[in-house]
Amino acid sequence: MATTFPRLLQKHASERPSAPALREKEYGIWQTWSWQRALDEVRWMAMGLSALGFAPGQNLAIVGDNRPHLYLMFLAAQSLRGVPVPMYQDAVAAEMAFVLRDAEVHFAFAEDQEQVDKLLELRAAEGEEAVPGLTHIIYDDPRGLRNYTDAGLISVDELMALGRKHDELHPQLFGQGVAQGQPDDVSVILYTSGTTGRPKGVCQTHASFIGAAEGGVTTDGLNGKDNVLSYLPPAWVGDHLFSLAQWLVAGFTINCPESSDTVAIDMREIGPTYYFAPPRVFEGMLTSVSIRMEDAARIKQRMHAVFMDVARRVGADILDGKPVGALDRLKYALGNVLVYGPLKNAMGLTRIRVAYTAGAAIGPDLFRFFRSIGVNLKQLYGQTETCAYVCIQKNGRVKFSSVGEVAPGIELKIADNGEVLVKGVSVLKEYYKRPDATAEVMDAEGYFHTGDAGVLDHDGHLRIIDRAKDVGKMAGGAMFAPNYIENKLKFFPQVKEAVCFGTGREQVCAFLNIDFDAVGNWAERQGLPYAGYVDLAGKPEVLAMMKECVEKVNADLAAEEGMEDTQIARFLVLHKELDPDDDELTRTRKVRRNFIGDKYGVLIDALYSDRSEQFIETAVKFEDGRTGKVSATLQILEAKRFPPVREAA
Amino acid sequence: MNAVATPETIAAGASQMPAAAENGRKIGDVALDIQNISLRFGGVKALTDISFDVREHEIRSIIGPNGAGKSSMLNCINGVYTPTEGSITFRGKTFSHMNSRQVAEMGVARTFQNLALFKGMSVLDNIMTGRNLKIKSNLLLQALRWGPAEREEIRHREFVERIIDFLEIQAHRKTPVGQLPYGLQKRVDLGRALAMEPQVLLLDEPMAGMNVEEKQDMSRFILDVNDEFGTTIVLIEHDMGVVMDISDRVVVLDYGKKIGDGTPEEVRNNEDVISAYLGTSH
Repeated sequence: MATTFPRLLQKHASERPSAPALREKEYGIWQTWSWQRALDEVRWMAMGLSALGFAPGQNLAIVGDNRPHLYLMFLAAQSLRGVPVPMYQDAVAAEMAFVLRDAEVHFAFAEDQEQVDKLLELRAAEGEEAVPGLTHIIYDDPRGLRNYTDAGLISVDELMALGRKHDELHPQLFGQGVAQGQPDDVSVILYTSGTTGRPKGVCQTHASFIGAAEGGVTTDGLNGKDNVLSYLPPAWVGDHLFSLAQWLVAGFTINCPESSDTVAIDMREIGPTYYFAPPRVFEGMLTSVSIRMEDAARIKQRMHAVFMDVARRVGADILDGKPVGALDRLKYALGNVLVYGPLKNAMGLTRIRVAYTAGAAIGPDLFRFFRSIGVNLKQLYGQTETCAYVCIQKNGRVKFSSVGEVAPGIELKIADNGEVLVKGVSVLKEYYKRPDATAEVMDAEGYFHTGDAGVLDHDGHLRIIDRAKDVGKMAGGAMFAPNYIENKLKFFPQVKEAVCFGTGREQVCAFLNIDFDAVGNWAERQGLPYAGYVDLAGKPEVLAMMKECVEKVNADLAAEEGMEDTQIARFLVLHKELDPDDDELTRTRKVRRNFIGDKYGVLIDALYSDRSEQFIETAVKFEDGRTGKVSATLQILEAKRFPPVREAA
Repeated sequence: MNAVATPETIAAGASQMPAAAENGRKIGDVALDIQNISLRFGGVKALTDISFDVREHEIRSIIGPNGAGKSSMLNCINGVYTPTEGSITFRGKTFSHMNSRQVAEMGVARTFQNLALFKGMSVLDNIMTGRNLKIKSNLLLQALRWGPAEREEIRHREFVERIIDFLEIQAHRKTPVGQLPYGLQKRVDLGRALAMEPQVLLLDEPMAGMNVEEKQDMSRFILDVNDEFGTTIVLIEHDMGVVMDISDRVVVLDYGKKIGDGTPEEVRNNEDVISAYLGTSH
């Protein structure tokens, strides 16, 4: 069925005008937009844009937190055959400058004063960062902006008022714009976070995002009664798929939290039935549960331990509908009343029918935890270039180690070097103005090269091992998959980030980051005083705890065929948190391995020498843009390695 | 579950927003004129012959070393202390002494150096207490939530919600104040003062004991209050950086006497001030 997003919006508005389309919590109360109101506002916004001179084919930058007007602005631009270009709201002005210039943006939608300030700063800047073409800035939240007199700055309410007048003069215009839109028009340009080099604009069409969304909606039977919490960055492909594409395809309700601090509270109030989060969010939930369990009364801890044991044994099987003994079922039912139910309630997961995770590999233990307490957590696999839609785990056919089976409408094959190649409905049209980059990833047969190394098993389940370019060989010839090991480390609630090195080396070494909340809480309970992050990260007691984590991972690796040589020999705990502001992580919190390798070269040299400590000084960037220095002398620790464990043949 | 309101009910409440200053912030006439104030406790002279004025919509700071008489000065304006000599003129009316309730009714609100919040009550309820003077229905009607009393409470709750939104403390709406970190408690204290819709806001060391980031946040909120609502602000603060950055004019006290008065720039270059407070190396 060929259609476009604005036409889908029209369809919902005519079929169920008063059903809730969006909600936003404001002033402590959930406000509702019906489908009719959503369409009306999109119409007025679009007409307002048109009155200001926004033309078909132009790009419209969108930046801000999840707000109804922000999502509607996507549709307003599309109704005029324009292209929305979302940008990450926590990006600093310099990062935005590149996108704004690359996409030749004249119109931008900014959520609030913070974003408006960044855009105005760029417009006024000179040289490298200058974006002189940015003539119109539309803002949603007027707070603090009343006294701004900058040219071309108007509120979304003013825009809609302007649009209403324009609509009265040209009542046919909106309908014509929507009718002219074609399914193979570019519907959005998503800039990739760029683990390497400059960001690239991924052009996706209406057809590919709608195709990707339909596949997901059919697989999980999503419908108009579902509720979703929209809290992930709108510039991320995952949010675009779940909060926009699937929203319009399935016609469910999206709910925007009050502020980024209230997500957990809002989640409990809304009780979403369908939920999407990158693994770190689930990690955060588990960490907060673990912290609270450690502070709980003895009897509660005991109850938690006993029933989590039952859940680990049979929970996932019950969820998958596999045969389980009557006694175990009884125990699980009791556990559900006493432990799992309250746990799910505390996390806001009570009404979940389907939950997904993607964006990075999820620790198998973390994944098992959620499934065992009855949350139907599944994985999917994809990237910005494939609308986050390549593989999907189907109900009852979930394998912990895999990212699922090939999704409907997608063809997949594995290249000789292990790289996953994809063809089908969701594959990108092109990189914006970058035919060279497009040619690099698309081959003559129309396959997109994902850059991930993977294995297809005999059931057709795909297992992703690592980035194809990250998979290296150690000096001894063994395959070294750094992400695989890092993810094992990161499953420990005490470990926030990990970076492993080993390509071309005799042994594997690692940097670790402590999780300040989890370790800080632990230290308080131990009566261990500490002065701050640097101090805590260097405490001998903390180092001993980290050593235990590393050794557990080593024991794990020893038991896996092909991985026994990549056990961690030496490691250290970094004195500062790896941070996207210092370019050590991408905005989606993926490790920039080479950058870290260069920046902390001294530390790597020390790891591969026989030194037991190393002094380091690093520059850090604070949130307000100032810079400072942090220095520390880091201990280097040896971890115990284990002989390979072979399962009895 | 929370009730889901239609947009119309909120639109109807929009007129309840604190009156915004037209054309933004313009410093106007003298709002508060302090004339020859002296304050003695027995033989101790806390304040000696202090005079200064505060103009409409400005941020006026009072600085000075410990024991200089800053809080005493604020307490005189606020009606907690009665000055031994001198008079205070507020918007053309002259008083030789004021009482706290009278001051509050005239639109002067304050925050406290040592937080005076209700620790066991939620953030929402604490701020709601700031609406006390504005609530007209009597105790019995309020207890029964009788028709008009209920409507009135909804109106006030909406006002309080706007303050919560303004101060970005939505995540803590229902948290007992005692459980919040100090910096946030200070913000709640400010919220409660704002709930009175003050025309003059007296802030007693709003940034004491805060870290750099919390101070930045608080400065931002003070500037925003001044900017958005046109509230006149009288501020006592120790942090010179903050004072110099956000104030329009500064009064400097030392041993209960005024030793300097003017713009931050003038005060910074005043010889007496430099030796008494900023240190000679400055």
